[in-house]
Amino acid sequence: MSSQALVEIRDVNFAYDSRPILKGVNLTFPKGKVIAVMGGSGCGKTTLLQLIGGALKPSSGYVKVDGQVIHELDHKGLYHMRRRMGMLFQFGALFTDMSVYDNVAFQMREHTDLPEEIIRDLVLMKLNAVGLRGTHNLMPAELSGGMARRVALARTVALDPMLIMYDEPFAGLDPISLTVVGNLIRSLNDALGATSVVVTHDVQESLKIVDYIYFIADGVVVAEGTPAEISSSDKPFVHQFVHGEMDGPVPFHYPSSNYEQDLNLRPGR
Amino acid sequence: MKRTTLDLWVGIFVVAGLAALAVLALKVGNLSTYNMSETYQLQAHFSNIGGLKPQASIKSSGVLVGRVAQISLDPERYEAKVTMTIDKRYQFPKDTFANIMTSGLLGEQYIGLIPGGDEAFLKAGDEIKKTQSAVVLEDLISRFLYSKAEDSKQPNK
Amino acid sequence: MTIVENLRFLGHRIVNAVWRIGFASRFFILILFYSGTSFRRFQLTIKELFSSGVMSLIIILVAGTFVGMVLGLQGYETLKRYGSESALGSLVALSLVRELGPVLAALLFASRAGSAMTAEIGLMKATEQISAMEMMAINPIARVVAPRFWAGVISMPLLSALFSAMGVFGGYVVGVVLIGVDQGSFWSQMQAGVDFKHDIVNGMIKSFVFGVAVTAIALFEGYDAPPTAEGVSGATTRTVVESSLTILFLDFILTAFMFQGE
Repeated sequence: MSSQALVEIRDVNFAYDSRPILKGVNLTFPKGKVIAVMGGSGCGKTTLLQLIGGALKPSSGYVKVDGQVIHELDHKGLYHMRRRMGMLFQFGALFTDMSVYDNVAFQMREHTDLPEEIIRDLVLMKLNAVGLRGTHNLMPAELSGGMARRVALARTVALDPMLIMYDEPFAGLDPISLTVVGNLIRSLNDALGATSVVVTHDVQESLKIVDYIYFIADGVVVAEGTPAEISSSDKPFVHQFVHGEMDGPVPFHYPSSNYEQDLNLRPGR
Repeated sequence: MKRTTLDLWVGIFVVAGLAALAVLALKVGNLSTYNMSETYQLQAHFSNIGGLKPQASIKSSGVLVGRVAQISLDPERYEAKVTMTIDKRYQFPKDTFANIMTSGLLGEQYIGLIPGGDEAFLKAGDEIKKTQSAVVLEDLISRFLYSKAEDSKQPNK
Repeated sequence: MTIVENLRFLGHRIVNAVWRIGFASRFFILILFYSGTSFRRFQLTIKELFSSGVMSLIIILVAGTFVGMVLGLQGYETLKRYGSESALGSLVALSLVRELGPVLAALLFASRAGSAMTAEIGLMKATEQISAMEMMAINPIARVVAPRFWAGVISMPLLSALFSAMGVFGGYVVGVVLIGVDQGSFWSQMQAGVDFKHDIVNGMIKSFVFGVAVTAIALFEGYDAPPTAEGVSGATTRTVVESSLTILFLDFILTAFMFQGE
């Protein structure tokens, strides 16, 4: 953790109504790195991304991006900040009424006054980077899941953001697409000199590409370290997660009342 | 290219909609008879206007020459004061007779202008002196009934 | 116990309804506030004019013609009893211009274009396209919602005028061409009976108000829909039901205001 931090998350608490999601988490994302945030489903990983993007406000604590506290920005400041961020949504969230080309060109047309020829070159470059230059005339519905994800990736990096966030980039992909997307995350980050946050529960793929890993469970950071440290960790939670064991600190059963009582069985009768 | 066909369709839609509106206004509605750009106003007092309403037509020999602009009660004479807007193309003599009439037995009421023989014409703001009030059907019926009753009384006795 | 439960349920429903009305009003004001983009980049609105206006053309034209034909037929049957068939033109035109044109066109528009708007916005939300836009620092209300709103508001009076015009044509075909009412009295009675300001302009004001109501409801329901297949389908149904009732209710109010002085 030598280099300068781009994102700092300090003592952040967050609750939906009265249901606490995050209970005082501290994370630091240094510049130029790819960081994975892992944890079981529903542990607040996506909430974390929404806090960084300013879609939600923390109950206490703060999120600082590039030296600015996100929840203290006004509407204009927040939108200005968001222009320097890119976010890849879980299933791509491509605009279904626009072609692949228009999807990638969308932000350039909205946010810049570039002439159409330059936009065209930029779009084709971005599409080429994800290997899909040939699809620019297709509509999103004509793409496979893995291709849609790559197009969404090209759209995410359209304006060369300083921070790229990935919400479950590996969900629902076949092994080949999974490797392709994983490698793209790494190579795009290095090519753009950006910082990437990957929220995922795909351990094996992330261990291959990231620089640092945070584990979140029950709203707190339970473990962190480099991929090597995580793989060899003997913490029960990390061990269970990395090796995909069924029972452990994360129980198989949702907390419930006594099983025998629920079935109206009365032992001893 | 796709964009221009889209524009074309939207253009057709807007033009068709406006054309429909124009048809409604000119062919269906009475906008074509609104074109009395040059008008002047006349006044008249009636003891009873019956069911006359603003915007009712003013006709002379059955030709539309204007419309009723305003109806109010004259607080001094306790008579209805009717302001009429008349097309400037038509001039009427000073002794013109204004008559509230009914089109058909139960139809709309309008003002009929019957020109007299005076040499001088009415000017803007003038008043038509000779008026005849509306024929109120109830009055007519009761008058008819009374006279009928009288008729039937007299021969009997 | 059940009474208490029922009361609680009722109270919850009422609070929920008030909360929704508040949110809907805020949403409506946001649409107006962020409308600049819809006019500065009118191409966005034109695109929506195509999908809400042009795509509704066929249904409006066909429905208008048939409604006019039915009016011609029924009106003739009734007027004949009083020997005033010549008033057929006036009856057909007045019914269409004052009431049936604006109301029926708005009802058709609500089920044709309104439901489509709700489904579109609801699905964009369900597939996170709206969130994605927000994360790209693009205001989805300005970029997606407001152009649809203005397209609907512009389309509605035009569609209603087309409906009425086609209706008059349908009434003419049945009354004059098929039944044989005198052509001259058909048109002249119509022109004598229909006042431009009183009837046509008021009818256009009605359809403008309906256009605002229908599109605002459709867009709100889409934006408020739970991001699931079930949520979107429920929202689409609610759009049609709510906007139909709103149209009829507003029609009563507007008619009471416009034609009370007769």
